[in-house]
Amino acid sequence: MDPTPNLKIVIVDENPIRAAILEDGLREAGFVQVMRLDETANLLARIYAIDPDVILIDLENPSRDVLEQMFQVSRIVKRPIAMFVDQSDTASIQASVDAGVSAYIVDGLKKERMKHILDLCISRFNAFSRLQGELERAKSALEERKVIDRAKGILMKAKNLTEEQAYALMRKTAMNENKRIAEIAQSIITAADLLR
Amino acid sequence: MSAETLRIGFIPLCDAAALLIAVDKGFCREAGLNVELVREVSWSNVRDKLNIGLFDAAHLLAPVAIASSLGLGHVRVPIVAPFNLGINGNAITVSPDLHAALKAAAEGDIADPMVSARALARVIAERKRKRQEPVTFGMTFPFSTHNYHLRFWMAAGGVDPDEDVRLVVLPPPYMVESLANKHVEGFCVGAPWNSVAVDLGIGFILHFVSDILASAAEKVLAVRSTWAQENPDTLAALVRAHARAADYIEDAANRAEVCALLAAPNRIGVAAEVVRRTLDGRLKVAPDGTVRASERYLRIGRAGAARPDPVQAAWLYGQMVRWRQAEFSPERLAAAQAVFRPDLYDAILGPAPTSPPGEPADHVGAFAGPPFDPTKITH
Repeated sequence: MDPTPNLKIVIVDENPIRAAILEDGLREAGFVQVMRLDETANLLARIYAIDPDVILIDLENPSRDVLEQMFQVSRIVKRPIAMFVDQSDTASIQASVDAGVSAYIVDGLKKERMKHILDLCISRFNAFSRLQGELERAKSALEERKVIDRAKGILMKAKNLTEEQAYALMRKTAMNENKRIAEIAQSIITAADLLR
Repeated sequence: MSAETLRIGFIPLCDAAALLIAVDKGFCREAGLNVELVREVSWSNVRDKLNIGLFDAAHLLAPVAIASSLGLGHVRVPIVAPFNLGINGNAITVSPDLHAALKAAAEGDIADPMVSARALARVIAERKRKRQEPVTFGMTFPFSTHNYHLRFWMAAGGVDPDEDVRLVVLPPPYMVESLANKHVEGFCVGAPWNSVAVDLGIGFILHFVSDILASAAEKVLAVRSTWAQENPDTLAALVRAHARAADYIEDAANRAEVCALLAAPNRIGVAAEVVRRTLDGRLKVAPDGTVRASERYLRIGRAGAARPDPVQAAWLYGQMVRWRQAEFSPERLAAAQAVFRPDLYDAILGPAPTSPPGEPADHVGAFAGPPFDPTKITH
């Protein structure tokens, strides 16, 4: 029998959306025992209580240092935990660091199984950051639209222009100065605030 | 000089000052170096990114550099430290309740670390008798000066750090919060976090770590050994820029400018006034506003602080052996000492005095026990 689905996996991530994406991915891949920890208080005690085979943690989480304590000789550790990647595997660690995920596993877990889990996490983390990026871009596009509308209003009033004329003026200035139209709009707003 | 950009990782702490000023004051640029500083959240990240080559250099805990070189707790990647970023600067802070308990149990003045350590032993014995929770202290990393400083102090008073107390790793930015919500009753951490706890009225600075060890290597400028060999000119330029920065920081005339640069949100990210207290070595130690000044508090460059001292590396390795993180062997001792490279420092900056006047003869100056002797590290 393939023992992989019985692996106990803990995800430590303060970002609930990313943690959910990761959990879904792991479940789809057949791992049934997946738990999420989104709070870092008493992290170590909670991890000892769960006694996981694999711990996945977001690299931006300061609690990574807390997990490092598990490597130490200690009476409360039930099983030694080692970080995935040995000396020979810098490509894997690089890929995981680039994606922003780090994995700790119990000693003796088969490397191929771990690689499968880690690859899955890396692709999920990358998918999440693409999603995040798209969201950011959509948000900033909306912000820019607002700035341009405000600048247009200022120009229309100050120079007695129609909406089309005001927009054309900003576009022309942007082209001449080799800037983006939103930057020109922002300068107009700043100048108008100063002159008020 | 190489035209590519160097990526250097740091943790937002006052002892990153030489690195931050070397970059932000333009000393690196003037040395022909392009540096991108990367602010990190954990020592594990700094270590891993340095080890796999995502960072060219890093602001690193001295014992992490040694652990990495010995392959303790993680993969073995030899690291060298050609420049010390800071000597001392840690402090032990305790909650008002524990402070009062220590005072009540003390035979003498708890400003004396032997008195406070023995008082801690009594407080712990009393709690055991009453079957109360053990005292929990926070520190920053298993291979950290903070861990060793706490252990050295309490062990001298008869406390077994593995049996009698709980020592937990906490990221420095979480220390203050953990003290406030009573997850810990004390911690050992670097600046500015002790001051932050005192300012909030939830902590007393019990000791500057310089009370426990007169001289303790804290953070180093760390690079991979192979990188140092392949990029000698870049390394020399980097060390020179750091030396200029350290001198600039130690000159009190520049203090306001230095503190303003360090306090920036993308650097240390606390009030410039708090950074200033650290660099001036004048700290508010109690919520009532009591101030304590010490010339031995965080040293960046002055009194030979920047020159790596292999005796310090040996002391740190000695602690790893003492607390069973590492096994003893003469080869490992030699490898630990070889992480600290005064020879590189001297070759780049010119010879410096090996033991400046007024410094402890054994280079450590511990408050308890015999003088430190690297040839007598055993169990």
